[in-house]
This record gives sequence, structure tokens and C-alpha cells, in this order.
Amino acid sequence: MEDVISPFETALLTLDRLKANEILEETSGTWSPMEQVKHVVVPTLERIGSGWETGRIALTQVYMAGRICEELVEKILPREAPDRKRQPEMAITVLQDYHLLGKRIVLSALRASGYELKDYGRMDANELVQQTLVDQIEILFISALMLPSALKVASVKKQLDQSKSPVRIVVGGAPFRLDETLWKEVGADAMGWDPSDAVSLIGKFTGVSS
Amino acid sequence: MNHDKVSSMDRVLTTLSHKEPDRVPLFLLPTLHGAKELGLSIKDYFKKAENVAKGQLQMREKYGHDCLSGFFYGPIEVEAFGAEVIYCDDGPPNSGTPLIRDPEKILTLTPPHIEHSKCLLKVLHAISIMKETIKDEAPIIGVAMSPFSLPVMQLGFDRYIEVMYERPDLFSRLMEMNQGFCISWSNAQLKAGATAICYFDPVSSSGMIPPEMYLKTGFQMAQKTLSQIQGPTATHFASERCLPIIKDVARTGTAIVGVSAFEDLAKIKTACKENKLTVLGNLNGIEMRRWTPDETERIVKKAIAQAGPGGGFILSDNHGEIPWQVPDEVLMAISEAVHLWGRYPLDWV
Repeated sequence: MEDVISPFETALLTLDRLKANEILEETSGTWSPMEQVKHVVVPTLERIGSGWETGRIALTQVYMAGRICEELVEKILPREAPDRKRQPEMAITVLQDYHLLGKRIVLSALRASGYELKDYGRMDANELVQQTLVDQIEILFISALMLPSALKVASVKKQLDQSKSPVRIVVGGAPFRLDETLWKEVGADAMGWDPSDAVSLIGKFTGVSS
Repeated sequence: MNHDKVSSMDRVLTTLSHKEPDRVPLFLLPTLHGAKELGLSIKDYFKKAENVAKGQLQMREKYGHDCLSGFFYGPIEVEAFGAEVIYCDDGPPNSGTPLIRDPEKILTLTPPHIEHSKCLLKVLHAISIMKETIKDEAPIIGVAMSPFSLPVMQLGFDRYIEVMYERPDLFSRLMEMNQGFCISWSNAQLKAGATAICYFDPVSSSGMIPPEMYLKTGFQMAQKTLSQIQGPTATHFASERCLPIIKDVARTGTAIVGVSAFEDLAKIKTACKENKLTVLGNLNGIEMRRWTPDETERIVKKAIAQAGPGGGFILSDNHGEIPWQVPDEVLMAISEAVHLWGRYPLDWV
């Protein structure tokens, strides 16, 4: 697998869309689109995510790699394709602040991994709670760049608990990376250190691997 | 709270020469706490230059730290461009929806005139009030967003990354415009009485862009911009990593680098010393909310042990702004720990 993943990673990090597309297409004779996602795209994004965590790869590379993967996967596995993973019901949002990059990166990683989820954009705590309940969301990804926004997760959690929602809350963003206890403090169920954690956390919550 | 005979200015200048002053300087940078100090909401605090100047002067008196800050809030420069600023009760004013929705608009965007920008004039007025009061006793730090990092608020970070990588024409135009504005804004603050400019450049950090990309972009911009700023500068990476690019940061001409809590302070100090840069950092402002006095003392003592010997170190937080949620008791504990453990020579290290 390394002889596919390694050049695929290099193509993504050097923004060589053509090369990345070529590598993925070469596997189409062997694998179905969902298998291509599982064996090539997901492990590559995991490697890129780990690389960012260790300082080997920069955030702009993570973003562009995720975007390219999202485009490539959409070609082989369009949004309406029945093989797309629509369960569990998931949504992603930026809470309160206007810094959307983190959400965008995780959304790309999840869509590139074959998942479909709702993009709530930016929401305040009350509207997020209402929408989560209406849509019967099971896993809610919340991104926050500012500490006050991160602390508002506690209010979201409290209101959802009061409504007896079974939703699992996964948080991510700079404040959570700088204070490793913050996600527990605000009542989240998990924290993503890097974008690829979102995929593994879905597996953890559902008991189904990606 | 000032027990010291040496002025803050002399202390800082000595440490910048990589010599040991009387004690490790402390730049506490409590930009929001002035509102608490004066019993004002954050929004009301920032309405008037007099409030910010008074807040800074009172907090320096209270905590015995070594600078005054002319910084109001991060989006003040895009506010001058016409962007919205969102206020909240428990945090810094934040940029709202990005000013530029369609990147093509970069071609027609023009920078604000400082003399016609109410928000920028407030900053200059605050700096001049502080200068009139403090004279040369302590440095006054002005802040300017780097031309390379300002687009995060002008465009949104995702759109900016796409422009950076995919539209060299728009990127080039944006940099040219932002550079001119940054130089004018920095020099206006120096003219108003700022001692130095903190060049805020998180996008240049190695956590944000690869070092090879930095050399083609942020580094070039910093070299050209800092050479036209008529005073000393510090470069701050706002909690983001910079160790891989320290040698290049030194080549921009900056004197001080604001470093991340994610990085090993001892390694940072070694690299900075080799490159004649002074280290500013790296206390974790997010964790700081929950530090006990004993923990605070231990953490400050460790930072001093790692970076204090030989001078070239100013203790500060790693972001350039203390969160609203950090209790006054922790700020006082930081100050007390510096006064207790920061006296040179550091025989206990």
C-alpha cells in the first residue's frame, strides 16, 4: 500500500492535482470507489494529519490536500451516490466566531472519506442546539478558534442534555490544543487533535471502522 | 508594585543586548483586563483612548511589569478597511464576516487613510497619552498585523490560502497594498510615542505554511516591510511554531520573536541566541485560567531557568494577549514569581 500512499501524499502536498488524480485512477481497476477511499484517501489524510501534529506538515498544506481529496472523491463517489456513508447523522459547525478554516478542513477530510454530513456554517449556541435537535444529529463536530467560543460548548452540551439528546459532541481548534483538559471541562465527548481524528472518532462512536 | 531601582526601559534594553539586567523583564500584555480594572464592559473600554491608556498605566502599576501596550484588538486594522467587528462580554473583539467576499475585489481595494480612521486615531491617541505619562521609563509597544497575515481577516483564511497558492496576481496585489498600509500604520504609532512595533505574523509560522513557502512569501514581505519601519520591531507568531525558521526570522531584521507554548523554550533560546534574537514568551494563556499560585510559580521559574541565563529573554504569554478568563490572582502570581526568581545572576539555575 505504501507504494500508492506515499506518492499520493507527495502529490497532495505539492498540490499536483493531476498526479494525485492519476494515482487514484490507477487503483480503480482493483478497487471500488469506496475501497479507493478506504485504502488510499483515508490513510493518506491520516498521515497528513499526523504530520501536522508533529510539525512536519503545515496547516495550509493540510487544507489544500483535503480540498483536492474532496474534489477527487466527489468525482468517483458523487454526493448522491448510494455508497456514500450517510449514517450516523452528523453535522459540523463553527461556534460563535467567524474563523471557518478548521471546520472547512475537517469537512473536507470527512467528505473525502466518503461521509455525508450537514454543514451548519457558523452558529450561536442556541441556534445550534435547536438545529441539532431538529435534524436528530448523532455526532456534532464543533470548531472554535477563540477561547470564549470554546467555553460556550458547555452551554450547548447542557441544553442538549436537558433535551435528552443522545448526540456526541466532538470539539477541535486552537484553545483545545493549547489546554488538553478543556474539552472535558466543557463536557465534550471527544476532541480531535488533527482533522483525520474526525474519521477515527466516528468509528469509535459507531463501532464501525472507516 | 514596583520595587525596582532600574527602569523598565533600561532593563529591556539590557536584555535586548543579550546581557543580564537586574532581573528578567516581564511583558504581561493584559489587553482586556484594563476593562475589569476600570469597571467597564469590554466594548465601553475600547470606545475611548483614555480608557485604554488609563487601564494600561494602572495595570503596570498593579503588576509591576515592564511595558505598556498600544494594542486594542486584532481586527482594528480591518475595521479601518470597513470590516465589521463583533464585541462580546468575555473575550476580545473579533472580526466578523470577511471584508472581501469575491477575491477579484482585491484588484480594486484601497487601504484606509489613517488620519481619517476613527478607530486607528484612537490607538494613536492612547499611545500619546501613555507616552506623555510614562516618558522613557518603560517601552510602549505598538502592534501592526503583517501584510502577509492581515488577509486572514480581509478574506477569511480558507479563501486566502487559495489566493496564496492559486492566484499569484491577486496575492501580489494584496501584499503590495497591505505592505504600504503596514508601514504607514507602524510609523504613525512610532510617531505617536510607541517605542517599538510588534509585527504580528502568525501565517508565517511553520505550523501554518511550510518553511520553503515562508521563504518565498512571509519572509520576503517581512524583510521589505521591517526595513521601512522607523523603529525596532518584535515579530510575534501568536501561539504558532517558529523554531524551524528562526534563522530566517533573524534575517528579516527583527530584534525579538514571540514564541509558542507548543515549543521547547530551551531549544528556542539556544536557536535565538545563535541568531541574536531575544525570546518573548512562552506562557500558555489558555491553561493560565486554571493555574494555582504554586503552579504559576513553578511554571514561571521553569521558563526563567530555560531561557533567562545570559539575558535575551522577556517573559510573556505565548499569544500576545492574556485571555479575559485569567484571574487577577494568576497575573499577580506571575509577577511575584518573576520578582522572586528572575533576579540576576540566576544562581539557583
